Amino acid sequence: MTDLTPANLQPMPRPPRPSALSNALTFGWRAVLKFRHVPEQLFDLVMTPLMFTLLFTFVFGGALAGSTRDYLQFFLPGILVQTVAFNAVYSGMGLSTDLGKGLFDRFRSLPIWPLAPFAGLVVGDLLRHLIAGGIILGIGLVLGYRPDAGLPGVVAAFLLLLAIGFGIGWVFIVLGLLIRTPTTVMTLGFTVLFPVVFASNIMVQPDTMPDWLRAFVEVNPISLMTTAMRGLMAGTATLPQVGLALLAPVLLTGVLAPVTLWLYRRT
Amino acid sequence: MDTRSTILSDTTPDREVAAIRARGLVKRFGGLTAVDGIDLDVPRGMIFAILGPNGAGKTTLMRMLATLTRPDAGTATVMGHDILTAPAAVRGAIAMTGQFASLDEDLTGRENLVFLARLWGFGGRAAGRRADDLLAAFELTEARHRQVKDYSGGMRRRLDIAASLVVTPGVLFLDEPTTGLDPTARQRVWRMIRHLAQSGVTVLLTTQYLEEADQLARRIAVIDHGRKIAEGTSRELKAATGSGFLQVALADPGALDRAAALLEEHLAAPVQRSPEGARLSVMARTPEAASAALSALVAAGIALEDFAMGAPSLEDVFFALTGAAGPPPEEVA
Repeated sequence: MTDLTPANLQPMPRPPRPSALSNALTFGWRAVLKFRHVPEQLFDLVMTPLMFTLLFTFVFGGALAGSTRDYLQFFLPGILVQTVAFNAVYSGMGLSTDLGKGLFDRFRSLPIWPLAPFAGLVVGDLLRHLIAGGIILGIGLVLGYRPDAGLPGVVAAFLLLLAIGFGIGWVFIVLGLLIRTPTTVMTLGFTVLFPVVFASNIMVQPDTMPDWLRAFVEVNPISLMTTAMRGLMAGTATLPQVGLALLAPVLLTGVLAPVTLWLYRRT
Repeated sequence: MDTRSTILSDTTPDREVAAIRARGLVKRFGGLTAVDGIDLDVPRGMIFAILGPNGAGKTTLMRMLATLTRPDAGTATVMGHDILTAPAAVRGAIAMTGQFASLDEDLTGRENLVFLARLWGFGGRAAGRRADDLLAAFELTEARHRQVKDYSGGMRRRLDIAASLVVTPGVLFLDEPTTGLDPTARQRVWRMIRHLAQSGVTVLLTTQYLEEADQLARRIAVIDHGRKIAEGTSRELKAATGSGFLQVALADPGALDRAAALLEEHLAAPVQRSPEGARLSVMARTPEAASAALSALVAAGIALEDFAMGAPSLEDVFFALTGAAGPPPEEVA
């Protein structure tokens, strides 16, 4: 080895302590970099919803809604909600992986804003939601889906979608912090999500379901989110619909963000 | 070195305080007491080693000092800051390289360093410059644009240590810095740690390798079962065990018992046997005593194949202190 050039290791003046926002943005930058280096993660994110869209539209669409095009019109806003919910599971897995590798020990021994690492996760999540949602919407448009409310409707729907993803994200951040095996996070995540997603109005209207199930489907937050998404894309959304869709994300954030901080600081 | 003193005074209220001062630190995990009342004084600018077998409590002790684990009892200050009441100030004055590489495997080496530099508050361009300096210092310039997952174990370790130096810390914690490295990579890391200490950084490292503590550290604390069982310079620890070890190899393994009895009688110390090689080793207080014991063997007609007088290795010291029967476990914990 040549020599460790001592000049490079000379102590240098410390920069001023950065703000919480700067810390959060730095973590966001890391999330973006990860996208560049691991673009294949998009494959995981998009394949499941894509299969769902194609299978449900072409296999069940005619039987459920009379024509595949009518079904797609009904189904697409809901599959976006499902995409975001499933994406959140991958994010929890990523967190669990990071924790297992000791990366978070370094973060915790740095004098930074304690929530900054999670802000980074959230930025990465939102980016993933946006990209995956965009791809699914694009494919929907190719297949014949038409948002009646046009671009403003789509923008509004995507803003709601991001809020939904933000809220659901906390569930899997907490699971990622609690569970040290990434595959367990995935299994547990999908075990919880599958019934909640299927027992909703994403795929079908609950009219033909037994009463007990219908009662659940009608208050299932996923249903409320789907209803609002449909309304926004179609231009028929009401304020109460959007409000109900936001209820769960707001509650989840309010409760789970402090829990996250507590779990993270717990030793 | 003027710059350095200004920096130190930035991060510490009092330049005279020890880098680390711990009193009665205790940490329990359920029924297990991992750290059982440890005192530690580490002066500034020193390489200090915590030596012990797996499960001795080394990592837990270090994690408490780095504010990653809260002690159940006891107090400590790091660079003058209390770990319990001023953890944020402690974090501002330290850096820690844990046992498992705390790097983002998906990012390149350079991106990892730029990321940390930004977290410390360097602006975009300054962060890049700092990253490049560190990469050069740790001989990673060529690998800077490769993802860390493609790095070798030694490269990861070097990057990991570089990542702890983005801002020069008052105290650098290194948890088993060379575990799992091949001898060449280990030598490189050692050399870098020495350079760091020369530039004024206090280094606290844990190790289960006696050789590592011997090579690097000015002072060594030996801990076992959560307690400190000895502390001193390598020389002091060895001296405490006697002036040296006499090792003899017998030509006839059948004479082992007789030889052992003679040695024990002449040197008044327990004799360690290694049956497979017909070797005996025993502590001798003085060279004269060793010489007399050898003469006694010859006089008794026991043929020697070989003999050697050596200063006790830290290994001998460790066994003498802990009373452990076998070598420390090899696996990484």
